[in-house]
Amino acid sequence: MKRAALEGVRIADFCWLWAGAYATGLMALLGAEVIKIESMARVDPSRMMTLTIGQAFEGVEHSPVFNSINLNKLSVKLNLKLPKAVELAKKIIQISDVASQNMRPGAMDKMGLGYETLREVKPDIIMLSSSSFGAEGPLRRYGGYAPSFAAYSGLTHLTGYSDAPPNPMTGSTDLMSATTSAFAIIAALNHRQNTGQGQHIDLSSVESLAVFTGDALMDYIMNGRVRSRRGNQDDIMAPHNCYRCRGDDKWVSIAVSKENEWQAFCKVMGNPDWTRDEKFSDAYCRWKYQEELDRLVTEWTVNYTHYEVTEMLQKVGVAAMPSFSNQEIFSDPHFKERKLAVEVEHPVMGKQVVLGAPWKLSETPAKVTKASPTMGENDEYVFGELLGMPSSEIKQLMDEQVIY
Amino acid sequence: MSEQALSHLKVIEFCNFVCGPYCARLLADLGAEVIKIEPPGVGDGARSRGPFLNDIPNPERSGLFRYLNTNKLGITLDVKTSTGRDILKELIKQTDILVEDNPPKLMKELRLTYQELREINPRLVMTSITPFGQTGPYRDYKASEMNLYHAGGEGYLLPIQSPDPSREPVKGGGLVGDCVCGLSAAIATLSAAYCMGETGVGQHIDVSKQDVLQTMVLLQVAMFANMGVVGTRLHRPLLTPIPMECQDGYIMISALTNREWQDLKKVMGNPAWAADERFNVWITRHTNGDEINPHIRAWVKPHKKDELFRKLQENALVASPVNTSEDLVKSPQMEARGFFAGVEHTEEGKLRHPKVPYKFSRTPSKSECAVPSLGQHNEAVYCGRLGYDKEELVKLKESGII
Repeated sequence: MKRAALEGVRIADFCWLWAGAYATGLMALLGAEVIKIESMARVDPSRMMTLTIGQAFEGVEHSPVFNSINLNKLSVKLNLKLPKAVELAKKIIQISDVASQNMRPGAMDKMGLGYETLREVKPDIIMLSSSSFGAEGPLRRYGGYAPSFAAYSGLTHLTGYSDAPPNPMTGSTDLMSATTSAFAIIAALNHRQNTGQGQHIDLSSVESLAVFTGDALMDYIMNGRVRSRRGNQDDIMAPHNCYRCRGDDKWVSIAVSKENEWQAFCKVMGNPDWTRDEKFSDAYCRWKYQEELDRLVTEWTVNYTHYEVTEMLQKVGVAAMPSFSNQEIFSDPHFKERKLAVEVEHPVMGKQVVLGAPWKLSETPAKVTKASPTMGENDEYVFGELLGMPSSEIKQLMDEQVIY
Repeated sequence: MSEQALSHLKVIEFCNFVCGPYCARLLADLGAEVIKIEPPGVGDGARSRGPFLNDIPNPERSGLFRYLNTNKLGITLDVKTSTGRDILKELIKQTDILVEDNPPKLMKELRLTYQELREINPRLVMTSITPFGQTGPYRDYKASEMNLYHAGGEGYLLPIQSPDPSREPVKGGGLVGDCVCGLSAAIATLSAAYCMGETGVGQHIDVSKQDVLQTMVLLQVAMFANMGVVGTRLHRPLLTPIPMECQDGYIMISALTNREWQDLKKVMGNPAWAADERFNVWITRHTNGDEINPHIRAWVKPHKKDELFRKLQENALVASPVNTSEDLVKSPQMEARGFFAGVEHTEEGKLRHPKVPYKFSRTPSKSECAVPSLGQHNEAVYCGRLGYDKEELVKLKESGII
């Protein structure tokens, strides 16, 4: 088959920031034609800066961050503060299958681009609205960034050391919410394929993370127990942690599940005397005394590199893996062979290394076909070719700062 | 008209524990018919893991299993027997999607590879979820969710702002690693199903959980590759990067933009320390967090987390209490959105369950759903679907195949 999985699907993309952009970014990797609608009057902050490390970029076309989550997309400039621009946006929606946005609930309606309007323009449109708390409920107008919706969801409370404050994780929580959005849109596309009907999807980022804490929620609902964070610890397994290895800040994760794995683990360590201690004689005591156990295991792991420990243990069927940094992963042989990282030529930044899609589809591979778009890169194609506007009109609208 | 978004899709789930079952649950909650295959006798591994209802361990009382298997049909089948395998193939002939999470070696041994299955069903979408994928030197390695969180790169960065470099990196909380991989696999699965609807051709999808987790930190990966920034979980001097302690818990405050900073100052009563010129420029404000944070912490401390949350949000500032599971279950927002649904339990009547994080206007997900007991739908599937008579069903049971 010579096509992409979502080929023929067109998306009018009003999303921005990480939680919005990566949702349609995933769909662009699957072959959807994603037209990002943006403006110099309201620049996507990820084009300008990253607060992960506190750095501003040289200009709006110099962001490796924006590039990484907007691969394969097209871009048009539309200053949606102006009514003429809103009319043009409707024309793009008219020839699209999906419209996606992650502004605060009500913002799209205020611009005249609410779901009811969109449905008049395109009766079978699928519209995704993603917001922190969702479009309904008493908190619907409250705002949120990843650290705050992770906090509300309960995930933050469950992350970190047991004796230290709760931890909001990295910006991964934005991308997790984005991944949820992509799933919901694609489910609605399947429904439309089957019935011809579009619909509106109201997605809450808080809820998109709360569903990852199902075990803790069920424990509260079933037993009234409030779970807290426990580092790497498991409900029943021990050893189950990250252990220091030879080198600077190098760690290996080890998870021992069954009795035969414990035996094999001890053998690899050379059956030191402490492994015969009563305290470690069955799974329950090992779990109960795991802090002491962890100290003893570390006395062994520090003598080896994380790769050495991994290899010794995997050879005997015990789960172990290094804790990889973003630098070290690039020299890992498995990572290299899976070819998740690829190079792409950006028109301004030049060669950029990005991660592609995390799945291998046998007939319709998800591919990185181009870098993220420069602002308005596809004004000509979208307004001229797709909407059939003469170039004099496009120029006129640029002068009026409608296409801006 | 189909009742739910995916009512037209038939799915076979040949998975165990968390990740694969969560992937299939996402499809089931949107109306797909999911037949879950469990080994006879013990069933899915999650059945023997807690939490258990009223702390009574029992395969039908596991909250973990219940959470991961709503709206599915459950059958038992020993696919290691040749009869069991033949029955599975009969089911696969009639399905649109197969989701499996077995070691590549096992699928080969069982002669259930995609190459073999496409012969009997060329429209089949087959999704294989494994720790490291179907190719590469680690493809046969074992890994728990915690191992993968570290192999996937986020573990090394957690906890962010760690004050102590001698302590170990940790995984994300709850079931996040396994669930996000199941979610990602569901995207690829439904995209392939969409493509099958357009072209009539199925395909195989190789999902590596390590790859999925790496993409969740793709920005950090890109920052190293293109900017040379090596990720660290150790302290960076940023503005309010982690929750701050209140009287009754923690609150997370994020003032990213200039407008937000000005409004935050106002809410704090324009204190003298905040007038510093450097703090008016966003970049120097965000890189001088170490000077600012102690002042904000002192201001936050005497407040209650919910009261401060509302005060800040009413002033258009982004903040949230750090909620526990109890806080979330009692949240009026969750209540108003119907996030928790009643699920029938055989012994205890209705139990609340967390539902799905999206509301579909035309095809809402069911407000009530059920979880299969072990082998609950054997008769419905084997007799109703495959045409076995009851006598054969007894024989299959006696010989341990179902």
